[in-house]
Amino acid sequence: MAYKRQIDRLPIPPKDAKVSNVTCHYCIVGCGYKAYTWPRNKQGTLKDNAFGIDLSEQQGADGTWVAPAMYNVVKQDGKDVHLALVPDKDCVVNSGLVSIRGGRMAENRPSRVTGTQQQRLTDPMIWRNGTWQPTSWDDALDLVARVTARIITQGSEDDLVVSMFDHGGSAGGYENTWGTGKLYFQSMKVKNARIHNRPAYNSEVHSTRDMGVGELNYSYSDYEITDTIVMVGGNSLETQTNLFLNHMRKGLENGARMVVVDPRRTVTVNAAEEIAGKENVLHLAINPGSDMALFNAILTQVVDNGWTDNEFIKNSTFQDGEAVAQDDAHPAGLGSLEYAMKTCRTSPEEAAKICGIDAADIVKAAEWIAKPKEDGSRRKCVTCYEKGVIWGNDNYRTIGAIVNVSLATGNIGREGSGCCRLGGHQEGYYRPSDAHVGRPAEYVDQLLIKGGGKIHHIWACDHYKTTLNASEFKRVHRRRSNMVKDAMDASATGTREQQVEAIVAAVNAGGLFVVDMDIIHSQIGQNAHVILPAAESNEMNLTSMNGERRLRLSEKYMDPPGQAKPDCLIAAGIAQHMERVLREMGHDKYADQFKGYDWKTEEDAFMDGYHQGNPDVTYDRLRAMGNNGVQEPVAGFKDGKLVGTPRLYADGKFDRHGRKDKKALFCAAGWRGWQAPGKAKEQADHKFWINNVRANIFWQNQFLDQDNDFIQDRFPYPFIEMNPDDMAEMGLNPGDLIEIHNENGATQGMAYPTDTARRGQVAMVFGSPSGSQGNVVNPGVNELVLPDYKHTWGNIRKLADATPTAKAVSFKSKEYTA
Amino acid sequence: MRCKNLVDVGRRQFLRGGALAAAGAAAATVTTAPANAAPANAQVDYPSNRLANISDLKVNEPVDIEYPDADSPGVLIKLGQAVEGGVGPDGDIVAFSVLCPHKGYNMSYNGEDRTLNCPGHFSRFDVESGGQQVWGHATQNLPQFTLRVDGNGDIFAEGASDLIFGRPSNVL
Repeated sequence: MAYKRQIDRLPIPPKDAKVSNVTCHYCIVGCGYKAYTWPRNKQGTLKDNAFGIDLSEQQGADGTWVAPAMYNVVKQDGKDVHLALVPDKDCVVNSGLVSIRGGRMAENRPSRVTGTQQQRLTDPMIWRNGTWQPTSWDDALDLVARVTARIITQGSEDDLVVSMFDHGGSAGGYENTWGTGKLYFQSMKVKNARIHNRPAYNSEVHSTRDMGVGELNYSYSDYEITDTIVMVGGNSLETQTNLFLNHMRKGLENGARMVVVDPRRTVTVNAAEEIAGKENVLHLAINPGSDMALFNAILTQVVDNGWTDNEFIKNSTFQDGEAVAQDDAHPAGLGSLEYAMKTCRTSPEEAAKICGIDAADIVKAAEWIAKPKEDGSRRKCVTCYEKGVIWGNDNYRTIGAIVNVSLATGNIGREGSGCCRLGGHQEGYYRPSDAHVGRPAEYVDQLLIKGGGKIHHIWACDHYKTTLNASEFKRVHRRRSNMVKDAMDASATGTREQQVEAIVAAVNAGGLFVVDMDIIHSQIGQNAHVILPAAESNEMNLTSMNGERRLRLSEKYMDPPGQAKPDCLIAAGIAQHMERVLREMGHDKYADQFKGYDWKTEEDAFMDGYHQGNPDVTYDRLRAMGNNGVQEPVAGFKDGKLVGTPRLYADGKFDRHGRKDKKALFCAAGWRGWQAPGKAKEQADHKFWINNVRANIFWQNQFLDQDNDFIQDRFPYPFIEMNPDDMAEMGLNPGDLIEIHNENGATQGMAYPTDTARRGQVAMVFGSPSGSQGNVVNPGVNELVLPDYKHTWGNIRKLADATPTAKAVSFKSKEYTA
Repeated sequence: MRCKNLVDVGRRQFLRGGALAAAGAAAATVTTAPANAAPANAQVDYPSNRLANISDLKVNEPVDIEYPDADSPGVLIKLGQAVEGGVGPDGDIVAFSVLCPHKGYNMSYNGEDRTLNCPGHFSRFDVESGGQQVWGHATQNLPQFTLRVDGNGDIFAEGASDLIFGRPSNVL
């Protein structure tokens, strides 16, 4: 039985409600919303209200409506106020559309009045007397600084391991990446760092950057005027919802065709067929991990049929053979098209064999991408890709092969074109140079497993849910951090100095001192010794850019819960305490490195960081640009407005690789089967391919939704989509609890029968708090330490019949049917 | 697109009921002067509207209804097997709003897998699981109407489980 809200009336925002600009902080698309806040004892009326419409009338389709999830009572300047969070019809990103995530931003705010999100952290906490006890910022930061300073002066900064977000949106943004970046990359030179969703500090798309092509180069509007959309390892209706509904859809309605490369049939394929007709959608359900062979064959077709854009190739791409040789930092050589073709050349038949699809479909895909129209004009094509290849087989060469096709057909930098990753979080990266990290970067999670590192600072990362080889990681991390907890318990009655001595002794004996900065008490946070509560977007002002580089200021409209602070100010606090402690220890010169954090607000951090590199951009100017903001890079300030850049490389000059000639490079994407160690054997030894997938309902905000009744009612356990015949063969009923197991570990979820799932292939939702798919993923990465999460094989056994909770869930097809 | 079997019985009566309830609600919310503040009920008063008689219903053949007023289309379905929240002798009669609680598009019924489907943005709801959103963009499940069956087999709607799209109050 579905969760009922039992709400049949909501307060109405009055005409004088305060209105703030909000960019949804959950996913890369960054939909625009307006936050209406007003005093608890005021309300508007049906006829006289903030929307200026007659609410006594039933609103039609697309009409203004505040759903119960868009409403809450929150604290603003210490007072309870009503909050209504309504999609912005004037925002060009979403044009008034809401996703199931952004539409719930209001109810996912902490409220002591309505009881929502009481899992939010409110106070700094220190492990004391066998549990976490609340304390002051000064007390908590003093302990962090004393232990950190002792360890890194005794040993080196390499003993400090840092896990930190690098993105925009909820936990990130230019303010917070700068605050953390300044601390770890300027005041210190921390080498052993990793990013929130992968075990090293590295790009997810090295090859496109090395080829000169930044991975976010188009405008979303390019989808509306293109001839063909190519989506590789992406599922935008589910994961960039309003990019699909507001932009790709318009393209399909305008006559574009769509090629979707994905081993699994997704709701995106179904919706595209509904919009454009089946005859205009080509779903290439390739064998897992074979994308590179497919794109090499498409490139070969384009070249052999003369469908290349020769002017573009001549003017904008490198002409003289090899430009960059394959080496430890470059998993493939880079150079001219001719050079790359020596490696990439693949016939449709060869690719068909590797990919498990018809050769004719490969030819068809090439025609849809590049065969000139009847009047001889070139087809325009937008290509987009995401985790299917980013977390896939041979990341570097596969993404290189995809970008090759876009370069060969001149489909970058022009209207109706582009070759971009779809993205997860928004971007918001502004940090000092990370060159000292090196390339390949340290495989940090393995370093920790092997006993490396003595202190672990964690910023809004939860390795428990988002690492590979997670079973072993959790065992080791827990064991090492427990050594420190034991030492703290044993010295509980001692002075701070004695306690620090005890901690230092424990880490020198193999323990790990863990400091966790987060908005909730996360799973890895269970191992923490100090927990510091952070603020989210709109509890602070936050700037980020979306998947078309659209920079907005999302305004603060409420107080953070309790003592929680923006991450940039937490980083500043750590720096200030480090300076004080180091000076006390007599390290004056080192202490001086921690100066320059006298920020009072997040705006101060923004001005200290992003503004220094982009002097035209200020909070006031961004506020004036509203929810449409400005597309980066910002080219100036004219007539009272920031001037943006609709798409990169419009001049045909490519610079992401830093080459002076500004010529794009092709990638010699040589197919070599499974690149990561252990994959081929694991495939041979197990019955099921364990795909990991996302669900629109909670992707990018599952950590909040674990405390959301509407969401937990729909998926109380992580779903594992399975072919009904496979289920019947194993005696499984819908909702039965099943375990996936292999040599790496085990994880569990509930069986969800899906007609479109191929036999021997299951799709488990990723990042679930109650079933980590990473438990069964082997440690295999590529040369640049990019994880291959997507390729895991395991066996399945039944654990239990569906619980009453699971039995109440709908197990019907997720595909719309008229 | 909605199902075609519009049930007219009782519409005039429920329109009247709806209008009266709306007047009451408006009086409660419009009043601003403290001296004139009228006490409002803590919850909305729903009209009791006759939708159909059990004998009008055939298994898996939905009929169009309107509740709590003529601007709020819905559907009444006899499922043929008991479901939680179902009424009638077989415990299998349910009623839902057909305005998608995402953006208010009219949904159509798929009798094959017994779902309501939104042509606007591809959301779908399971009428056999209390209107649970199977997949989609709405931030709530489908408003389900509270039903009562009297001794004559007349089916009355008397409430709703969730806010109906496009209104700040289920009874306007």
